[in-house]
Amino acid sequence: MNTRQCEIRSTKLARRIIAMLVLAATLGVVPSAIADGGGRQPPPTRYIDECASCHAPFPAGMLPATSWKALMSSLNKHFGTDASVDAPTVQALSAWLTDNASRRTTTRPPEDRLTLGGDFLRKHREVSAAVWLRPSIRKASNCAACHTNSAQGRFSDNDVRIPK
Amino acid sequence: MKRLSRHLWVAAGAAIVVAVASTAESAATPQELLASYVQTSAQRADALAGQSFFTAKHGRDWSCATCHTATPSTAGKHATTLKSIAPLAPSADAARFTDAPKAEKWFRRNCNDVAGRECTASEKANVLAWLISIK
Repeated sequence: MNTRQCEIRSTKLARRIIAMLVLAATLGVVPSAIADGGGRQPPPTRYIDECASCHAPFPAGMLPATSWKALMSSLNKHFGTDASVDAPTVQALSAWLTDNASRRTTTRPPEDRLTLGGDFLRKHREVSAAVWLRPSIRKASNCAACHTNSAQGRFSDNDVRIPK
Repeated sequence: MKRLSRHLWVAAGAAIVVAVASTAESAATPQELLASYVQTSAQRADALAGQSFFTAKHGRDWSCATCHTATPSTAGKHATTLKSIAPLAPSADAARFTDAPKAEKWFRRNCNDVAGRECTASEKANVLAWLISIK
């Protein structure tokens, strides 16, 4: 390949990259948001108020809609605690959770535990067993240990700080 | 005109009744909520009994103190999720027990977890009297 051909090729490649970026920008899709797996919009205040009193406001997109339906219809027996809320709240939160549920999978994890789901395990595959066992972390559901903005429902990779 | 004015008076009266009723429903201070529990139970609140209830187990794994600690002027921690819980004593967190429906919701859930039943108005009055007494 001579210099001229090489130049044409690199110009074509550059054009393709620019076209892809323009397309991504038009669709409002940026790579970091895809990597999040947690929805680009912050969750509604009601979700934070009701669900995040006891645990992090888990991203709706990390469980299939069938799991959310099962969880929301058994809140009086929610992983060993009574987490029941009134009927209008159940209805509103169920609607939001199922609308924003995982589009990647329909497979329900054991006990509908988000932390045993394929999405969660894939996102955390680089975290070693020793790191999970640190006293500052201890549990997979302890999102706030590493996700510094999880209290607001933000789980961007950029906000992760793994404690010692 | 007379008829219209009578209608207005009836409407104003109804509005006052509704306003008073909704104030009782959503107590604005811990003391008002305590007064409503005392009224329902028709017994005096006993802060010491409240402390005993709070720190003892009631046939299940957890007591109130398991998550809220036995000194609820300090922050607690959820027994399963490890999430931090703001202090329960109003002296340490002024927002506590200022929203009656919210307080009722948490009494209902947590009494069910701790005692396997809802708490009585007397038990709630005792616990709240103790929490208010913590400086």
